[in-house]
Amino acid sequence: MTKEDRGAPGPRQGSRPGTAMNVTINGNPCRLPEGATVAHAVEVLTSTAAGVAVALNDEVVRRGAWRSTPLGENDRVEVLTAVQGG
Amino acid sequence: MTNTGSTGTEEEDRDAGAADDTLVLGGEKFTSRLIMGTGGAPSLEVLDEALAASGTEITTVAMRRLDPSSRGSVLDVLRARGIKVLPNTAGCYTAGEAVLTARLAREALGTPWVKLEVISDDRTLLPDPIETFDAAERLVADGFVVLPYIGDDPALARRLEQAGCAAVMPLGSPIGSGLGIRNPHNIELIVEAAGVPVILDAGIGTASDAALAMELGCDAVLLASAVTRARRPGLMAAAMKHAVTAGRLARLAGRIPRRRYAEASSPAIAAGAHV
Repeated sequence: MTKEDRGAPGPRQGSRPGTAMNVTINGNPCRLPEGATVAHAVEVLTSTAAGVAVALNDEVVRRGAWRSTPLGENDRVEVLTAVQGG
Repeated sequence: MTNTGSTGTEEEDRDAGAADDTLVLGGEKFTSRLIMGTGGAPSLEVLDEALAASGTEITTVAMRRLDPSSRGSVLDVLRARGIKVLPNTAGCYTAGEAVLTARLAREALGTPWVKLEVISDDRTLLPDPIETFDAAERLVADGFVVLPYIGDDPALARRLEQAGCAAVMPLGSPIGSGLGIRNPHNIELIVEAAGVPVILDAGIGTASDAALAMELGCDAVLLASAVTRARRPGLMAAAMKHAVTAGRLARLAGRIPRRRYAEASSPAIAAGAHV
């Protein structure tokens, strides 16, 4: 993946047009279908949304907006939950 | 002493003793003055036993990347016991990281409360005062109930209170060190000046440390490692519960002044009565 890909919408040269995009979910590279949303990214990790929060490129995406927030090429999705600590 | 229910002075409130000695924090009332952390527990079962024995009503959790392979949740343990969840920003080094973590915690857990923790380096884990103050201002403006973890610095404590924090949480000594309260004088200075609760956070090693914190006038104690890494966590949790209560009662009771020489505790014998 090259720097030039970052942030540009739509299918990328070098990938199959209209079929997939590259994102990172909790630091791991992942390919999701074109048109995938934050909700799809969460479903890669868990089927339960309870106690989970999402940041898309360092901004919180409220739970109610997961299904209406589309992902773009090279987006960084962080899916967090509470763990033992402190 | 019976509480008359009147709007008493501070002295009368203190005379009321333990019966109605509630901690008011962030506008909520609590009976227990022991806040627990969850780090270091070998299992959720051991943690659950320790939390029960501690009598705590508030317990901290950290926010981390969701691990699909992990089984069981610390949240389930806390909810089953009706314990208020206090998310922290542990692991953050900058104000920006801490603000984002607090916002994620609010979204995930549905609470505006946050224990603000911004550390300066991973060897000492000492709190960074500049980043902490910056984050505190931003979080207060965003509607959070901010409980900042800080060094034992009376000036910073006062500034954070003025910035709108709901409490200040000075350390006794570095996190997990078990070194107790290294500068009791500064803790007293913080307590004297504070108009918000002072919560002694970090460094507690054993029960006497927790009792000392309360005797110095702290409103509560937050600890984790001293219990979770003890050989018998449940037993140490009970010890901490009693220590915090004992220290609080001693504070309310008022200790006697320290004297250089003895003061007889028995009546003097009349002259010539002996022999």
